[in-house]
Amino acid sequence: MSSVLSKSQWPSIASISTDVQNGKSKALDLVELAYKTLENSNEFNSVISTTKKRAIGIAKDIDSRVKKGQKIGKLAGVPFIAKDNFLTFGGETTAASNILKGFNAPYQATAIERLEAEGAICVAKANLDAFGHGASTENSDFYTTKNPHDQKRVPGGSSGGSAAAVILDIVPFALGTDTGGSIRLPASFCGAVGYKPTYGLVSRSGVIAMASSTDTIGPLTRNIADAALILDIISGKDELDGTTIEKDKLGYTNLPTHIKGKKIGIVAEFMGKGVDPGVRSRIEDTLKELKNAGAELVEVSIPSISLALACYYIICPAEVSSNLSRYDGQRYGHTSNMSGNIEDSYNWSRSEGFGSEAKRRILIGTYVLSSGYYDAYYKKAQTLRTKLIKEFNEIFNKVDFLAGPVSPVTAFKIGQNIKDPLQMWLVDILTVAPSLTGSPAVSVPAGYSDGMPVGIQLIAPTGKDRDLLALASVTEKVI
Amino acid sequence: MAKITKEDVLRLARLSRLHLTDEEVSKYKVEIEAMLGYVEQLKSVDLGDLEPTSQVTGLKNVMRQDTEKSYGASPEQLLKNSTSIVEGQIKVRRMLQ
Repeated sequence: MSSVLSKSQWPSIASISTDVQNGKSKALDLVELAYKTLENSNEFNSVISTTKKRAIGIAKDIDSRVKKGQKIGKLAGVPFIAKDNFLTFGGETTAASNILKGFNAPYQATAIERLEAEGAICVAKANLDAFGHGASTENSDFYTTKNPHDQKRVPGGSSGGSAAAVILDIVPFALGTDTGGSIRLPASFCGAVGYKPTYGLVSRSGVIAMASSTDTIGPLTRNIADAALILDIISGKDELDGTTIEKDKLGYTNLPTHIKGKKIGIVAEFMGKGVDPGVRSRIEDTLKELKNAGAELVEVSIPSISLALACYYIICPAEVSSNLSRYDGQRYGHTSNMSGNIEDSYNWSRSEGFGSEAKRRILIGTYVLSSGYYDAYYKKAQTLRTKLIKEFNEIFNKVDFLAGPVSPVTAFKIGQNIKDPLQMWLVDILTVAPSLTGSPAVSVPAGYSDGMPVGIQLIAPTGKDRDLLALASVTEKVI
Repeated sequence: MAKITKEDVLRLARLSRLHLTDEEVSKYKVEIEAMLGYVEQLKSVDLGDLEPTSQVTGLKNVMRQDTEKSYGASPEQLLKNSTSIVEGQIKVRRMLQ
């Protein structure tokens, strides 16, 4: 199976676009190919809904503009899938939650608008753990996505549908969101490239908020060049999101091709007990190849990393409880039919609409923010975040990058962790630290362990996305 | 270790505007206790005089021109997602008895 999945019917995104612009291929054919592939892989449940009517309309429009000799853009006719927490036209946006079933977005996310402006076509909305709360898509209120390599296993989460869709070859790229590992983990479990940019590099406008201080947006692709091109298009300041930063002056394409003399810190805390031997050996092999390519390997320690997960699981539910308070069943979303006054309507609409993980996070978030507990939990976690950032800054004075696995294990079986929510949270153990520090991080496929994909996680200092993509690009070539 | 009672869960549910069934209250009591038990490892860490971090961009006072900006969505479109519209307004239930 692995070898079948490692081949793609899609050429590079840049050449798809060139062919459409030159009239060598038609946007409509590409969109139809995406839908045909989706239909053939229906059993994997990678997608919640399609935006077919709109997608076909846009494709026809692009083809007729090409005929008239008009310039389309860098993504002419390239079909893609967006995680269903991106507001899009052409169908519902649900965040895989019953509370948003039937919701039609009145505007589109900035990332979607920027992709469409370059000629990309959104064909479907990918499954996720509802609101992004999870590591397996089992917390989707609708259904679980299956891992393309083994239907009995999870694809990882929360952007599990996006990662599966790319590896099932439905589209050449998908958009995901990463708050504590939600792009990197499914990329690792499915064998895709998953890129989490520096916090603030991609506008969050029109993306359904989870934990606003760590929410990031990025591409899932089959290779680094495609991921870099997509990042180049969606990144940069946006008036609609006050946390956005300027993109790199050089952009994110035409990356340097050598890493001679670059220092890579192997994080001791990432390679400790609990890392599966198969995963460890794939990571060590990859690092050896990077050394052969000219990098210098240094063992480093970041003591606070072992506390990052506890820190994250205070900050994340706190922000979740605040962000989910807007779902009151009045202006949009599920409205309960139960009788009573407006407060009953709020309570019932929320109770019927939210799934159990959303409720769990709301309750815990409310607890850590409530008077009497705020200092002991929330403020403590925020202060630990400062310590973690300090340690990252100190390490990055000595090394250019950090490396380790994305996950201590490969994709686990469906049902294995769902009964124990704490166990499910522990899956994020190696991905949350860069989320808290805002650092860019990427999962690059690093081979297989027992037939399941392994991802190596590479991390760079905040704002060094271009350098990170260059390292990732060399990494994929040496594997 | 943090001890959570059923009354605590009901209080949190009230603050969170959630109506929980008896089974949910029992389930969340156990789960919240386990999760708070896990994050309690932070309590013993000495953080000296470090200040808390609430955001990582370093940006301050981000402003834009105070001018009208169209998001492209009409009031009709925005109202379409509500189930109870009366004369261009969202009708909600009674607030005061």
